[in-house]
Amino acid sequence: MSMIEFHNVQKYYGDFHALHDINLTIDAGETVVLIGPSGSGKSTLIRTVNGLERIQEGQLIVNGQDLANRKTDMNRIRKNVGMVFQHFNLYANKTILENIMLAPRLVLKRPEEENKKIAMDMLDRVGLADQAPKMPAQLSGGQQQRIAIARSLAMRPKALLFDEPTSALDPEMIDDVLNVMKDIARDSSMTMLVVTHEMGFAREVANRVVFMADGHILEDDTKEKFFDGQPSNERARQFLSKIITH
Amino acid sequence: MIAIFHNYGGLLLQGFGQTLLCSIIALLFSLIIGSMFAIFEVTPVKSLRVIARVYIEVFRNIPLLVITMFFYVVIPMFVTKISGFAAGTVGLTIYTSAFIAETVRSGIQSVDPGQMEGARANGLSWWQAMRHIVLPQAFRYVIPPLGNQFINLVKNSSVLAFVAGFDLMYQGNVIASDSLNTMTTYVVIGILYLIITLPLSYWMRYLEKKLA
Repeated sequence: MSMIEFHNVQKYYGDFHALHDINLTIDAGETVVLIGPSGSGKSTLIRTVNGLERIQEGQLIVNGQDLANRKTDMNRIRKNVGMVFQHFNLYANKTILENIMLAPRLVLKRPEEENKKIAMDMLDRVGLADQAPKMPAQLSGGQQQRIAIARSLAMRPKALLFDEPTSALDPEMIDDVLNVMKDIARDSSMTMLVVTHEMGFAREVANRVVFMADGHILEDDTKEKFFDGQPSNERARQFLSKIITH
Repeated sequence: MIAIFHNYGGLLLQGFGQTLLCSIIALLFSLIIGSMFAIFEVTPVKSLRVIARVYIEVFRNIPLLVITMFFYVVIPMFVTKISGFAAGTVGLTIYTSAFIAETVRSGIQSVDPGQMEGARANGLSWWQAMRHIVLPQAFRYVIPPLGNQFINLVKNSSVLAFVAGFDLMYQGNVIASDSLNTMTTYVVIGILYLIITLPLSYWMRYLEKKLA
């Protein structure tokens, strides 16, 4: 069953054509890694999936609802589709525990006791249960990003979007975050769309690799074909050789 | 100076009370109305943004005295009789709320947009995100400029003197012309204003430190 379907999606910023005739289907439980040079539209694409960016043409079906339809309730989509950002975006005025409990309380009306139990379970899952009473600013970037993942997981989403989750982190923090993400990816029920340049992550847990440039999807391969064979697209081959040698 | 207090104690006390009462009412309501228009200014709803823009630009750019006179003179002509105190307090509230709206809006806009985006992506509605995440952070930023607005508000309450609001300034004028001791009278009036504004300014500074 497909979780996310793009059909001939177009997105413009004024005259700028940010997404060019996007066709992409992601099945439930799949992990898809989205790569491409900066300005290629990969962040724009991932942000359309939970309605942070609106599309102008085409059809975008997420969890059975069409996001091109103005009447679609975005909050209902976002209950089922979590997002992790490059800069974490933890609530600066709330403790770690409150960061995780707030949305389930307000949006899902989850009872307080159950809410706290789930929040602590999620903190445990990302290895940070002892940080619960702290404020976000007291944590390192890598810890904050793991909290952000726990916050998304606490909503019990069907899909998770990751927009360059390790790009703002110090190198020694990256593995902690990637390990948490790999752990989620191995859970066969979670659909993941990940914008990243961490090819080790892609090699290990991705089902497919999608390459974008200038707002087009140029390559959509299985992991095996992308890494072991050769991408058929010339730009994708060049890009791959650059990030692998680095 | 003691003679002024001795001979005109009742008038001074009444003036002080009226000024304090007007300031408290205007402060409370201008904070509520100002915050409301600040939120209107940043909503995704265009009509609310337009309403807020018009309100703020109109009342921020007309002298307080003109707004107050409007309520004191024009409203009774068409609607209902209104006391000088009421006209002055309403005028002061509306005038100050326009400045508070601008102050709070700048606070909201200085909160990292990632906070709103993170909250929306987490499933919160725009209003939930505003109320639980953005506004608490915005108010923390704007305590110092809000303190300035509050102090200005107390001082601007002297507009009541023009519409027979029986406030400190009004009683000061009465006492000065009765006692003919102009200098001492206005020194006393100044001190009485300080008794309101200095604690207010220290309280705002305390809040700023406590919440920072």
